[in-house]
Amino acid sequence: MAKRIEDFEVIGKQYLTDDIFILELSAEDILPVLLPGQFVQVRIDGSPETFLRRPFSIHDADFSTNRIKLLIQVAGKGTAVLSKLNNGDHLNLVYPLGNSFSNPSGNEKILLVGGGCGVAPLLFLGKHLNSQGYVPDILLGFRNSTSIIEYKEYGKTGRVFLTTEDGSAGEKGYVTQHPVLEAEKYDRLYCCGPDPMLKAVARYAGSKGIQCEVTLENLMACGIGACLCCVVETVRGNLCTCIDGPVFNINDLKW
Amino acid sequence: MVNLGFSIGSLKFKNPVLTASGTFGYGSEFEDFFDVSRLGGIIVKGTTLESREGNPYPRMAETPSGMLNSVGLQNKGIDHFEKEIYPRIASYDTNVIVNVNGSFIEDYVALAERIDRLGRITAIELNISCPNVKMGGMAFGTNPVTAREVIRAVRSVYSRILIVKLSPNVTDIVEFARIAEEEGADSVSLINTLLGMAVDLKNRKPSLSTITGGLSGPAIKPVALRMVWQVAGAVKIPVIGIGGIMTPSDAIEFILAGASAIQVGTASFIDPMASILILEGIREYLAEGNFTDIRDITGLLHMNS
Repeated sequence: MAKRIEDFEVIGKQYLTDDIFILELSAEDILPVLLPGQFVQVRIDGSPETFLRRPFSIHDADFSTNRIKLLIQVAGKGTAVLSKLNNGDHLNLVYPLGNSFSNPSGNEKILLVGGGCGVAPLLFLGKHLNSQGYVPDILLGFRNSTSIIEYKEYGKTGRVFLTTEDGSAGEKGYVTQHPVLEAEKYDRLYCCGPDPMLKAVARYAGSKGIQCEVTLENLMACGIGACLCCVVETVRGNLCTCIDGPVFNINDLKW
Repeated sequence: MVNLGFSIGSLKFKNPVLTASGTFGYGSEFEDFFDVSRLGGIIVKGTTLESREGNPYPRMAETPSGMLNSVGLQNKGIDHFEKEIYPRIASYDTNVIVNVNGSFIEDYVALAERIDRLGRITAIELNISCPNVKMGGMAFGTNPVTAREVIRAVRSVYSRILIVKLSPNVTDIVEFARIAEEEGADSVSLINTLLGMAVDLKNRKPSLSTITGGLSGPAIKPVALRMVWQVAGAVKIPVIGIGGIMTPSDAIEFILAGASAIQVGTASFIDPMASILILEGIREYLAEGNFTDIRDITGLLHMNS
């Protein structure tokens, strides 16, 4: 899949919480094939302190209008610059980057697990699975009721289960404590979110012998396999998150 | 027509834009973006005799106008290079140069001998300046005695063009450039990264697993430019300028200061097209100034001073 470097136009910015927003971008050309799990590298201009591009997974893509959405949490100087963009501004993207979630097979029962802003690639994945005839269950974890994002959107792709750390919505606790994990028998898990959550879910999947893929968010510079900064230890040695990932089967990771 | 070509000894380069080792993979990583054979040369990833996993993650930290890295020469070794990489890159219609590394002089020598037999590798860049390995690398290049020993040993077995990549982490880089010239190097390239450090305030730890790492990017350009100017004034062999070159103007500054060629490094991380855009910009600059040959401006600052 050929990588491109292209300008996109900002056509919408929608805040979901105080610090999480969706940036909608319109391609000047026809979008290439994009797969769930893949990411873009966004150039941040205007400050010596935002020297490198910033990677964001593709949150959603509409091939009929050639638009993509990124889910962004303001966490540092780069995301602060992005939060100030207006409609009509342009962003330079290197994309599509990385591998994608592997396809399920047969009648597999699928669970998507996401936490916080790490849910970003799951909406695109859910829609992709729907288009292949799969209706996944989706287990989402948030800090509290005010940090829940896109609950309804996920509901269109499958059955949604919710946890919050303070119990203000859904089940109280972490995603791995949700009773649905005991009630249902899943064949395949796809998981995105903070590292501790990925590891907890991977432990659960490993103990039950469930196929499980996770997306990693290692720090990276180039995004195209040249700098070797974003490596993760695997059974095949150090691999780049940017080209060998960001999606990894937990059996390959040395966690 | 503007002539952009230059030579190092008997080796001709079609233009002065090369890519810095460790920032351009093996070239193939950039083939989606442009025809890499249009460059004057590709200096591939630092290679060692044996396969190396490099340093633990995290290996990178963004810093003002630059970045620190401590990759630590991750590569699959010369056997893998010869079998898997070489057949693929041998078809590039440009100079393919291997950056040569080792922990001991014997490693450098054995590796140089192996590469000498690869007909399409027209030169090696002897890396005695990597700051991110426990043994070898910068340890050789910051001590005049060991620098001389390793250059002499490699020169005695390597028959093609020998470029020595110098470390800026020394008191007087000119001393090392002179040693390279005296020992028969055909060219020197400078600078490798500057040893630096960053701290992660949230975790109250160093940002890099190795604590220190190599600083690159525009932050180091003035230092690199100064060193290139000093070295170009002191040696007769061609000097290749490296350090924070992001734009055609940056590259031209180095050429005016005495660099016969330049390497584009970290810029390729931010813009995969950076090297080819710099080449086009150099061509335009020369045409606009009514120069017909890149050599007309190489080292112009020295001629005027």
